[in-house]
Formats: sequence, structure tokens, C-alpha cells
Amino acid sequence: MEFFPRVVFYLKFLDYKVPITETVVVTWCVMVILMVFSYFAGKSVGKEEGTLQKVCAVFYEAMEEVLNETMGETASTYIPYIGTLLAFLLLSNLSGLFGVRPPTADLSTTLVLAFITFFLIQKESIGRKGLLGYIKSFFEPSPALFPLNVIGSFSTPVSMAFRLFGNILGGLIIMNLVYSALPLFVPVPLHFYFDIFAGILQAFIFVMLTAVFIATAD
Amino acid sequence: MPAIDGKALILAFSALGAGMAMIGGLGTGIGQGIAAGKAAEAVARQPEAQGDIIRTLLLGDAVAETSAIYCLIIALILIFANPLVRLL
Repeated sequence: MEFFPRVVFYLKFLDYKVPITETVVVTWCVMVILMVFSYFAGKSVGKEEGTLQKVCAVFYEAMEEVLNETMGETASTYIPYIGTLLAFLLLSNLSGLFGVRPPTADLSTTLVLAFITFFLIQKESIGRKGLLGYIKSFFEPSPALFPLNVIGSFSTPVSMAFRLFGNILGGLIIMNLVYSALPLFVPVPLHFYFDIFAGILQAFIFVMLTAVFIATAD
Repeated sequence: MPAIDGKALILAFSALGAGMAMIGGLGTGIGQGIAAGKAAEAVARQPEAQGDIIRTLLLGDAVAETSAIYCLIIALILIFANPLVRLL
């Protein structure tokens, strides 16, 4: 039963027992890895350039180039968030290689990330049209279409969340089936496809969709 | 012949439904194939624009994939988190 993440332990809080799932544990591991990496990479700022700082600089310049092409002048505002998102998604999707359950194979993680994108889209939209124009855009072309407009704007984050979740969970379930049927040698090339190729591709697609939706918000 | 109880019947038809839901993947497969073919044509015509073409192709494929992903989610829910059994 790999559809739901395993509960690792319960956290006692007053009278409640809060279940801590594998998703939460792996998410914290990814966060710790990213923070430790950033700490050591940022140590050499202003001094002689360290190796880690060079790695980060290459990553940042690649992000800057791609985002300048897709987002235009708004790119500089969003490079920190989108870069962090890409780093987090890459590590999360690749964590399947270490035998743990990727945090992105949980709908909670992907829905939260997609709703951050949703709020950024609304914020950009309000910034470009003003609050009144933003409210008015829901009643266009006719007030009768208000429910459809609301559903339309909510379908963006939901489809983004389901896309990432479905791809990663689908790969996880297929890998589990293969492991239970043919546990020797056969899963190795499949890891290349489901974990490395699909993981990197889906992280890239989530990030690019975020950038495109924010850039085209109106 | 033993009588079939309701839960077994629901589980059996849920499994069938999960299989049938994945028929929705058919359209996505055809659509992505057409998109990839057009991208190959575009690269053949303009090899210098390969990077842009690949990026557009991947983004378009990701959006086109949505319907197949919804089918997959429905199939997974029918198999792993069946809401119909609880109605019994």
C-alpha cells in the first residue's frame, strides 16, 4: 500500500497525537541539506571564491538566463523564489534514489507549492490591473460567467499539483511493482528513467510553468 | 454457488473502472506524438532554434498531459483509496 505515506512516529502535543509521515521527515532532510549547503557556499562571499560558491554562481546564472527569456523584466524579482523552488524540487524528486519516499509523491506537498504559485499569480495580476480592475476581470465578459472565471483561476494550481504528484507517484508505484516482481538488476535502468529523467523533467516543468503563469498573469 | 457480497462486487468493478479510466491516456499519447513530430520538423527546418523548440515542446507536453494525469489519479484513487466502499 504505497498510495499513502507511512507514519513514522507520533508527536504528542497536549491531548493530540500528531502523525509525522515519511513525507515530513524527508522534507526536513532536504531542507537541512539545502541549508547546510547554502551555509558553506555563502561562507566565501566577499573573500576568495570557494568551489561551492562557484557551483551556486553557475546555477544562478543558468536560472537568470532562462528566466530572462521567459519572464522579461519581472524576472529579477522572482529569481530567488524560483531558484529555491527548483533546488527543493530537484532534491525531493531525486531522493527516491536513496530508497526513501519522495516528498513530492504526497498531494500535500505539491498542493502547497502550487498554491504559492497561485497567490503569486494573483499578486502579479493585482499589481498590473489594480484592485478594482482585478475584481472587475472576474465579471468579464459577462457577470454570469463569474463562477467559471473563479473555477478557471483555481484550476491552474490544482492541475499543476496533480501533474507533479501523478508523475512522481506513478513512477513510485511502478517501481514498487517491479521491485516485488523482479528485484534483481531489472530496476536499475528503470531508476534512470523514473527517478533521474522524470524527476528532473518534472521539477523543470513545474518551475517553468510557475514562471510562465506569473509572467502572463493578467 | 455462494452469494457475492456487496463489498466484493464494488471492489471488482472498481478495478475494472480503474483499468477503463486509463483509456484516457490514449488521446494524450496521440497528441504528444503529433507535438513531438512537429518539433522534429521544426528542428530540421531551423537547427539553430533547437533549445527554444525543446523547451516549448516540454511545456506544451506538460500541459497536454493533464487529462492523462487526471485519469491516472482517478485510477489510483479507485485502487488505493476507494471512496465507494465506505458508502456501503
